[in-house]
Amino acid sequence: MNKATIDLWVGIFVTIGLGAIVFLALKVGNLTSIETKPTYRLDASFDNIGGLKLRAPVKAAGVIVGRVESVKLDNKTYEAVVSLRMDNGYQFSKDTIASILTSGLLGEVYIGLEAGGDPVMLADGGRISKTQSAVVLEKLIGQFLFDKASSGSAK
Amino acid sequence: MPASTLARGVRRIGAGTIRAVSRAGFATRFFLLVLRHSPSAFHRLQLTAREIYFAGVLSLVVIMVSGLFVGMVLGLQGYDALNKYGAGDSLGIFVGLSLVRELGPVVAGLLFASRAGSAITAEIGLMKTTEQLSAMEMMAVDPLARIVAPRFWGGVISMPLLAALFSVMGVFGAYLVGVRLIGVDNGTFWGNMQAGIGFWPDVTNGIIKSLVFGIAVSLIAVFEGYDANPTAEGVSAATTRTVVGGSLAILALDFVLTVFMFRGLGSG
Repeated sequence: MNKATIDLWVGIFVTIGLGAIVFLALKVGNLTSIETKPTYRLDASFDNIGGLKLRAPVKAAGVIVGRVESVKLDNKTYEAVVSLRMDNGYQFSKDTIASILTSGLLGEVYIGLEAGGDPVMLADGGRISKTQSAVVLEKLIGQFLFDKASSGSAK
Repeated sequence: MPASTLARGVRRIGAGTIRAVSRAGFATRFFLLVLRHSPSAFHRLQLTAREIYFAGVLSLVVIMVSGLFVGMVLGLQGYDALNKYGAGDSLGIFVGLSLVRELGPVVAGLLFASRAGSAITAEIGLMKTTEQLSAMEMMAVDPLARIVAPRFWGGVISMPLLAALFSVMGVFGAYLVGVRLIGVDNGTFWGNMQAGIGFWPDVTNGIIKSLVFGIAVSLIAVFEGYDANPTAEGVSAATTRTVVGGSLAILALDFVLTVFMFRGLGSG
């Protein structure tokens, strides 16, 4: 085998090897989404987003209609502002309710949308005003214990 | 009579121990000699490139096919186990972490030891048997610089690249099975993986591991070849020792490295 062929193959090998390392690195960071479908953006504020992660699905009636694009804390109201990247094929009315839900006890956290009856649809950059925060299990248990204790002392 | 049998047994154990220790000493001296002759391997890059071709390029097929199948099996088994706890959505992070941290470097290293390490040992051992190494010394060509150092560095350079390719093929295989076949959501698969795997602790530690394995296997391979008994039997025994010793070295080093790298990260 002559020098040129060996050099070519070594070059190919090193290139795809380094490419693999770059892939491993990028896969970790913000891999730019490869989805080409047209999308629009919606915002929603929550008191508490619980364990919501970036790129978590947005579901309506169990069908995935979008993804969580970013999560920020509003410095004035101290609410979490979640930006949703929605599929253009699905439109939602202005009085849609967004709630943070969990699939199963240990499953992933997602945003569920319940469409309302308003004829006006949300446009790009629109804001979902009716939201329901994540259920925090510790708070729920604390509340339950508190109720138990107060009803016990009332007897 | 039993006393002399006992004495012979003790003598054999003693001789074996002395031989093992002196071989370890020779291996260390040999390692330092290889390092001292390394500049010539980079001075004449063509030689090293040839060895990268033989150690790396020719191992590509077996590494990539194994990676793909290991990833597909991980996808199936991982989903089956995780789904029992309703956590089938965590398949991405499960597959990614096990491949990048452990399976990529270790399995690629084991394959590398048997595919490339054995070939290096057999080649150098046969050169010794046919007195090519002595002939080089006669011509004032140092076989350490001309033969051993390029093979060593060819292996050291190839190994991390092969391990990274193995991991990527594994993730791709898990993607095929998990997302395409079973139907885990595409965004959840990648999103979980990206949220759970960090470039700094996970990917870099995987690369460091594969680099260490590459150094260990390449050193064992060139050493066993150089140290082989110059007979057909000796070369075959040396090749076996490379595969067995190299594999054991990888597994032992993996444990030691894992203890150092991930002990503090358990809860992460």
